[in-house]
Amino acid sequence: MLKDITLGQYFPGNTVVHRLDPRTKLVAVVLYIAALFTADNASATALVLLTLVFCVALSHIRPKALFKGLKPLIVIVILTAVLNLFYSDGNVICSFWVLRITDNGIRRAVLMVLRILLLVCGTFLLTYTTSPLQLTDGLEQLLSPLKKVRFPVHELAMMMSIALRFIPTLIEETDKIMSAQKARGADFDSGSLVRRAKALLPILVPLFVSAFRRADELATAMECRCYSGGEGRTRMKVLHMGRNDYLALAFWAAVLAGSIVLTRYGL
Amino acid sequence: MPDIRLESVRCVYSAGTPFEKVALDNIDLSIPAGQYAALLGHTGSGKSTLIKHLNGLLKPAAGRVLLGEEDIHRSKEALRAVRFRVGLVFQYPEYQLFEETVYRDIAFGPKNMGLNEQEVDEHVRFGAKFAGVDESLFAASPLDLSGGQKRRIAIAGVMAMKPEVLVLDEPMAGLDPAGCREILANIAEYHRSTGSTVVLVTHDMDIAAENAERLIVMRRGKIALDGAPEEIFIHAAELREMGLGIPGAASLAEELRARGVAVPQGVYTPQALAAALLARKEAGAC
Repeated sequence: MLKDITLGQYFPGNTVVHRLDPRTKLVAVVLYIAALFTADNASATALVLLTLVFCVALSHIRPKALFKGLKPLIVIVILTAVLNLFYSDGNVICSFWVLRITDNGIRRAVLMVLRILLLVCGTFLLTYTTSPLQLTDGLEQLLSPLKKVRFPVHELAMMMSIALRFIPTLIEETDKIMSAQKARGADFDSGSLVRRAKALLPILVPLFVSAFRRADELATAMECRCYSGGEGRTRMKVLHMGRNDYLALAFWAAVLAGSIVLTRYGL
Repeated sequence: MPDIRLESVRCVYSAGTPFEKVALDNIDLSIPAGQYAALLGHTGSGKSTLIKHLNGLLKPAAGRVLLGEEDIHRSKEALRAVRFRVGLVFQYPEYQLFEETVYRDIAFGPKNMGLNEQEVDEHVRFGAKFAGVDESLFAASPLDLSGGQKRRIAIAGVMAMKPEVLVLDEPMAGLDPAGCREILANIAEYHRSTGSTVVLVTHDMDIAAENAERLIVMRRGKIALDGAPEEIFIHAAELREMGLGIPGAASLAEELRARGVAVPQGVYTPQALAAALLARKEAGAC
């Protein structure tokens, strides 16, 4: 059950998409999202959809992996579809009782569902093809202008990478503690809601205790290696923008422009 | 007291993905009631996976696990009852303590059994006695105590369920020699006075040799060797190749034999080695 969490997962690879500079990918995702949200008709949405399919194909990420990540969203997707289907104006196509389905409703429902799915798939493609370390590096670099106004960019990036790094560790730990309490007869999946919530206590207390212990040990280990924040820190892997990065950025800017144009003058 | 039996049990992790790994490969194993068995093996040999099958924390992908004559997975209620009959102490069990007081933590298992207050109290004192937890600690917070004490409280929490089969995964890991000896003595005392079955997971050959009457050696998800200690330690080369080795006394005996001192086979404890050498001396051989 806990193994299904895909948050922050990374599929190593050596494709064009994997090799792009993380900054490029972050900016590209922003452009992608902008294009997705300006797209307000079939042709523009199709354009965004096609470019995403193109990128997924380039990245060699199996579509199955993307769909797996969508699973937890099923409820939201269905809710969006239903709400848009029944609560839009337009020409009534069929109606029963108080519910009316309109041509506009169908159009909106399809568009909104596609928008959510594409939004999530696009961001998944980013985390699937970029290691968490690269991602935080990229984010730190992108935000570095904020250092001028004393915003703790490095500290924020460090916190993010530590948090990401410890997700699998904590999942494993939770698994272990659950097994241990089950061995003492703990019952997590029966009884009333209150009883179930109470049953979580034997997991949460040890989990917190060990999380604090780990944090303490990590802090000591960092001190031991003379960590003192971002001041004067250099990198082993310096980020470098190549020809492909500029091409990718130009490509995504074009997609955004295309989406705007198609929405405005398109079908 | 029931026997515990595994019939062609198979366990596969991440089935259907590129990371698929066969953790247990058709294991057939029977541990008769009242036996003290040691489960040995290199890291990743499947020891921990195997013991999780003994109380039904993992369900075999194929095969059956029997407690007495009954399949432990026959119903949800039966499975829960099995958890109380087969007590499992995990590695580093001190990290599962959560209650405000030592007493309440030990009482967690007995309470889950649905006992009344008086029975719970009796079970807690029983567990505490066999795990070497002094009753003066009952009111203390388990998180304030030393590592060795925490370990004993966690073991007491399992023993307090009075399990008929006690399974311990490396209960000595990370303890100092004194704490280690004490815990082993507690386990031996529980085994002797209650007649329970004990399965001790370890990779310390000396501890296995001195405590268990039967050794089960695992390798890559299979049982490689199974028998009484003297039968197992004959396979010294095989054990070394598996990354295990033989007890200190057995290697000393081996070394003596290699240099021409006739020490009999099957000597694997310091006591037996000392006795063998004394016998030689008295026979006037040296």
